[in-house]
Amino acid sequence: MHAKQATHTMLAMHGVSKSFLGVRVLHGVSLDLAAGEVHALVGENGAGKSTLMKVLAGEHVPDEGTITLDGRSHHFSHPAQAQAAGIGIIHQEFALLEHRTVAENVFLGREPTRYGLVDRRAMEARTTQLLTELGELDITPRTYVRDLSVARQQTVEIVKALASDVRVLVMDEPTAPLADHEAGLLHALVRRLAARGLGILYISHRLREVFELSQRVTVLKDGRHVTTVRTRDTSTDAIVRAMVGRELSAYYPPRARPEEVGETRLTVRGGGNTRLRGIDLTLRAGEVTGIAGLQGSGRTSLARALFGAAPFTTGTMTVGGPPLRPGTPRRAIRAGIALVTEDRKAEGLALRQSVRDNALLVTRAVPDRERPPAARELTALLERVRLHARGEDQEARYLSGGNQQKVVIAKWLAARPRVLLFDEPTRGVDVGAKAAIHTLVRDLAKEGLAVLIVSSELPELIGMSDRILVMAEGRIAGELPAGASEEDVMRLATASSDGPEPPPSTDPPSRSDPPPPSAQAPHEGTAPTAQEGAE
Amino acid sequence: MSTGTGTSPGTDTDKATDAAESRAATATTAAYKTIARGLGTGAPVYALLIVLLVALAATDPGFYEPDRFLAFVKRAAPLVILAAGQYLVIVCGEFDLSVGAIVTAGVVATAEVYGTYPDAPWLLMTAGLLLAGAVAGLVNGLITTRLRVPSFITTLGMMLILEGAVFYWTGGSPQGQLPQDFRQVGRGTAMGWLPWAVLACLAAGVLVVLLMRSDFGRTLIATGDSQRAAHLAGVRVHRARVLAFVFSGVAAALAAVLVGGFSGVSAQAGRGYEFEAITAVVLGGVALGGGRGSVVAAMAGAFSLQALFTWLNLQGVSGALESTVQGVIVIAAVGIGAADFSRLRRRRARPPGAPPGSTPGIASGTPPATPSGTSPATPSGGTPS
Repeated sequence: MHAKQATHTMLAMHGVSKSFLGVRVLHGVSLDLAAGEVHALVGENGAGKSTLMKVLAGEHVPDEGTITLDGRSHHFSHPAQAQAAGIGIIHQEFALLEHRTVAENVFLGREPTRYGLVDRRAMEARTTQLLTELGELDITPRTYVRDLSVARQQTVEIVKALASDVRVLVMDEPTAPLADHEAGLLHALVRRLAARGLGILYISHRLREVFELSQRVTVLKDGRHVTTVRTRDTSTDAIVRAMVGRELSAYYPPRARPEEVGETRLTVRGGGNTRLRGIDLTLRAGEVTGIAGLQGSGRTSLARALFGAAPFTTGTMTVGGPPLRPGTPRRAIRAGIALVTEDRKAEGLALRQSVRDNALLVTRAVPDRERPPAARELTALLERVRLHARGEDQEARYLSGGNQQKVVIAKWLAARPRVLLFDEPTRGVDVGAKAAIHTLVRDLAKEGLAVLIVSSELPELIGMSDRILVMAEGRIAGELPAGASEEDVMRLATASSDGPEPPPSTDPPSRSDPPPPSAQAPHEGTAPTAQEGAE
Repeated sequence: MSTGTGTSPGTDTDKATDAAESRAATATTAAYKTIARGLGTGAPVYALLIVLLVALAATDPGFYEPDRFLAFVKRAAPLVILAAGQYLVIVCGEFDLSVGAIVTAGVVATAEVYGTYPDAPWLLMTAGLLLAGAVAGLVNGLITTRLRVPSFITTLGMMLILEGAVFYWTGGSPQGQLPQDFRQVGRGTAMGWLPWAVLACLAAGVLVVLLMRSDFGRTLIATGDSQRAAHLAGVRVHRARVLAFVFSGVAAALAAVLVGGFSGVSAQAGRGYEFEAITAVVLGGVALGGGRGSVVAAMAGAFSLQALFTWLNLQGVSGALESTVQGVIVIAAVGIGAADFSRLRRRRARPPGAPPGSTPGIASGTPPATPSGTSPATPSGGTPS
């Protein structure tokens, strides 16, 4: 074991492994936590932080490994068991009932009763007591949760965990949805909780708060434990290196030679909407442009804006000639733009339809006489993307992640796009299919498509891109040439203007990144409706 | 694809030649498989239909005399047509509860118009009625998509509005008569033996099958499966849904022509048809919520329902129990479907290491054992292709 603490260990996870559909996402990870300690857990997107915490919280059953709490070994197969054992988790997305009061939420499912009826007075008294202990005097038990700010809702989540006598509190990027001063208040609250003897596992992308809050830091990478160090013995640089420092194990096809890069296919000048600001971008035929950035930096928003799913509201855009700012995906498709979305199952495929119906969906929905009829070329197209399926009649939902992604790509290729946007092209895809997709993407660029790739997997992004644009806080923070190092990218992505980093959202990132802080106006709820146009 | 031998001009013919030359044997099996799979989509309902038809023959030996059997099909025709229309709406994830009221309003309004213009040509009246049905569907569709009122509510409201309007207009007892030439479609026969209603039913069936095989049909079913994915693939999901409602409205108007011709003017002409149509569609294994099911199975569901009612009638079961039977069927069909589905999911979730592609039972020709057709044997939730 690593980094044995002198203080008595309260929680120990040992050798935890977990696979999803044959893809191993945790490789024997170990972690321990002392009472009163704030232990930070850091790593890139997809490093396995959230999965590890879900194992701890009983939401996933580990394939291997043990969990020991206060010397007792536990095997959680349900969140309720973990909760009963004293493990509380504050998710990025709150599990509160908006139309109920604070007290009702805090005691949800374990309401104190008297003569068989809910003892509202006891419930509210106990809630008040907990709130007072935490110094949160501004929240009253009878307030409806929907009337509270995000920061206060988070506090209610914490109180809810405390009400069930937690020993270990897991906080998954708790400052992500918070404004600057709210984050400060949360930090103070975390310190008070630790002072009460709770062990706190704190997941964060923001290294600054990691250094402010934690006693120890554990770095995960690709589902493996890299290191656990005392925070005061390390530095930001060392942590960043531990997070990204890995060898490029995968093979990537050769990049474009300068003469292969052709005409401009798409330009954006000063593009912006509620999540993006001042985007200047040029995509050229034959070139693969990579978009890097942390979650919530606006990567996905950029792809969706180009595709008209959450359109730019300001700035100019041209697609191969006259100015055109697509306001709907249909317009973008007509202009020759295609988007392979990040959320394949919800947005890329009609899962209960056949491979054929999925692959032909775009050409059927947006007919174009100049395009050769896709139905006739379907077989060739499916061979081209190297689809492994039982046949064209197989339903998309029975395919593996990699093959599903190939169907999505085939669907777009059938429409003969000139600009191809990929959002996380290989998420949830096995290694073999990954290589096939990488080769395919490069071949498509060679044939003269302008390609844009958004990826949170840095090796992939660096390996594939002819140049890399790094986004932060809804803007393009800088451009790096082909073969830039991961450290260069991370530095640009995390070097934020003095304020906190852009609010990351969920892990895995939700399909719409939250707005940059400046745009985080009071009620943002109406902003993204454009992309839901179909609802 | 080879460019052929030069004898065949079109690529489709090339394809056929290729298949015939290189893999004649596999092509035949493939064809059988396609048919089996197509029928597999709603296999339980075909089995049910056969059982009911056999039961009818056993109960009433004269049932299969041509005249009587055609009369049975004729009686079933309005429901079959309504089921086809209802299928289009359900498969894209909506409901249409207004079809029964459209039938009633159509019959009554036509009679009233004839009261004023007794010499109106029947073809014009029929066309006008179909157009009015389309308009009612259009209103349903626009309210559902533009105002985002759930279709359940929209069409329930439309049903009440039309029923109220009919009652107000007629005072409960509709005046006027439908002339013989208008009623010909509902009660008359072609060539002296084939009822026009059967022909109308066949024509509607063929049209809907073709529609579901068209680009529009495929995008409609994809919309019902995943609206987000369809929208991001460039499908105009609102338009697709509105059109589905329009088709359902036209189907209801056509049913009104048949019902009016068959049984004359009544303020109850279409009562209960909306639920019978939904029952038929559900019986055909079409998933409520959309994205799955075949229109042929939905129409077979309508025939089954009609056969069941006929059989119960022959058994001396009171007609008053029809709606009770229908209620049991709806709950059973949806319930069995849901239960089977959840079990299937659990089974697939259990071995996490197993590749999902290896799930047993995909594309097998064996009919699934549930009347809801939610088994994995369904190819694309559509028509046999």
